[in-house]
Amino acid sequence: MDVSTLNKEKGDHISGIDRGKVVMYGLSTCVWCKRTKKLLTDLGVDFDFIYVDRLEGKEENQAVEEVRHFNPSTSFPTTVINGEKAIVGFKEKEIREALGFQG
Amino acid sequence: MDKVYKRLNNQVEKSGYHLNPDIEFTKDLVRGLLANEQRYGYWSCPCRLSANNLEEDLDIVCPCYYRDPDLNDYGACYCALYVSDEVIRGERSVESIPERRPPKEQRDAERAEEKKRAEVIESMEFTGKLSKPVWRCKVCGYLCAMDEPPGICPICKAKKERFERFM
Repeated sequence: MDVSTLNKEKGDHISGIDRGKVVMYGLSTCVWCKRTKKLLTDLGVDFDFIYVDRLEGKEENQAVEEVRHFNPSTSFPTTVINGEKAIVGFKEKEIREALGFQG
Repeated sequence: MDKVYKRLNNQVEKSGYHLNPDIEFTKDLVRGLLANEQRYGYWSCPCRLSANNLEEDLDIVCPCYYRDPDLNDYGACYCALYVSDEVIRGERSVESIPERRPPKEQRDAERAEEKKRAEVIESMEFTGKLSKPVWRCKVCGYLCAMDEPPGICPICKAKKERFERFM
């Protein structure tokens, strides 16, 4: 999903250090999603976030399909790195390591 | 918001459960619940995607059907709004846990099966075996034998539609 076409409330691009294509699918009401977004922001990496609960219709279906592809239980947050690896939940250590940060 | 938090906290403590002692974290979740009430009309779980349809979301109306098993296994519900005694005593810490709710296809199949089972039970003759049908609250497990389930669960305050015919 191209976040540049979305209303900023629904999703946005955060500029930062290039550690590959990082997309966080989350819900605006979920505190674990908030923590994940904060972690990515604090790490200063370049990433997109999408608040799936604020999408509707086709946009929502597309985002849900994208999440399901990596995480069949379609739970949030799901952080997809380079369209290959998905980290489900707020897993600080895993996210740090997957983005090349140690400890 | 503060009022809702206080009321919820009182209610929860009275029924033997505990909200997450991290008050900021918990208030954020309560904000999420109120946002969902506005959007969908019911307290859909803030950490799960609502279908905007009560029948489909009945299992994730807070407190969800997965709360108690998650409290037993992980010391917290999926959102970590509710935590166990061990967490309150500081013997266990809370973290993001795996999703227990089955995928949509499985939930749809289970609902269809439940409906069928309810119809079969409905058509069975109870006289002689049981004088009344038995209803089970799917949130807290409360059982009662009455012609109809109560409007509100006397134990956990869940609404009538969250009861299932048990026997």
